[in-house]
Amino acid sequence: MVKDIKTNEFEAKVLGSDKPVLVDFWASWCGPCKMLSPAVDAVSEQLDGKAEFYKVNVDEEPSLAQQFGIMSIPTLILFKNGELKDQSIGVIPESDIKAFVEKEI
Amino acid sequence: MKDLIIAGSGPAGLSAAVYASNAMLDFVVIEKFPMSGGQMLNTYEINNYLGFELVDGFTLGQTFRAHAEKSGAQFVNDEITSIEKIDGGYRVICGKGECEAKTVIYALGANPRKLGAKGEKDFAGRGVSYCATCDGNFFRGRPTAVIGGGDVALEDALYLANICSEVYLIHRRDEFRGAKYLQDKVLKNEKIKILYSTQVEEIRGENKVESLLLDNGDELKVDGVFVAVGIEANTALAEGICELENGFVKAGESGETTAEGFFAAGDVRTKRLRQISTSVGDGANAVHSVEEFLNKQQ
Repeated sequence: MVKDIKTNEFEAKVLGSDKPVLVDFWASWCGPCKMLSPAVDAVSEQLDGKAEFYKVNVDEEPSLAQQFGIMSIPTLILFKNGELKDQSIGVIPESDIKAFVEKEI
Repeated sequence: MKDLIIAGSGPAGLSAAVYASNAMLDFVVIEKFPMSGGQMLNTYEINNYLGFELVDGFTLGQTFRAHAEKSGAQFVNDEITSIEKIDGGYRVICGKGECEAKTVIYALGANPRKLGAKGEKDFAGRGVSYCATCDGNFFRGRPTAVIGGGDVALEDALYLANICSEVYLIHRRDEFRGAKYLQDKVLKNEKIKILYSTQVEEIRGENKVESLLLDNGDELKVDGVFVAVGIEANTALAEGICELENGFVKAGESGETTAEGFFAAGDVRTKRLRQISTSVGDGANAVHSVEEFLNKQQ
């Protein structure tokens, strides 16, 4: 499952996790974001228990978008042990999302 | 073996799906993402699709999809990795499985073309964008540039003029190709500054886009640059099956390619005007050709 995350929970839930954490930065007005999110949902089911999945609405949480220098959405960022491991911009297929997360499992 | 595989779920693929349902063909639509619409998903406003005075691309895409689903079309979410000619038809090989059919409608559409300027790749997602409606909001109150002279470039400039402090519209020719009513709106918009007969040589910056170096030697300070220099058709999977021409699948209005039983529809084929309406027409024509082809086989 991909859960919404707010700025005040980000530190504890994302940066504080010892599992890989994928964060999907999106917005309601972004067509490609709506293409990507069902694929992220599917990967979150496949990797259930092995990785965490969150999404950030950049309209509601502009400070998180700014903190990570988001200038294009959708953007996926992979974290592990509080570190930013990798970043992917734009729509990518489900298999690529899975591989993107799996390399940190 | 199925009668038909429709590759792609933009306007051409979805229109083909409705017509294929009506023709009672045994068919499947294969799409890369569980979201239909193709390039129109990125379009902010559409005012020239009959029956919809003003609609955003996402909503129209969803409307098309719902119609195709209701008609009985089956969708498979998978990425096609190759297409092979086999005895009596084609085998479409995907990431998760494969499928065989007597005919294929190839409607994989197109993606935005890259500019090819120095720095473009380095700053992708750091100020270089191919989708104004996706990324425009990140440049609120800041100067941006749009590169191109077609419908998309003009639409992008108008969209960004609502958000940004100023928008430079940079076009390599001395006149625009886009629709006249868009040109008129652009010319009347005080926030849009037009630079005709100008090319961008380099996109510059430290960690993100800071300026553009133009071919006249000027350096233009911008925070964002939106590239709208046309499209690149997704022809890779048709290579080796049928003839291509100037980067498109060679096919006329009937959708017939140089390969038997292999039809092309939408932006991917050679044609003069690439619009949602012409793609929808292509989908209908292609299914008609499929029916004729299957009838001849019997």
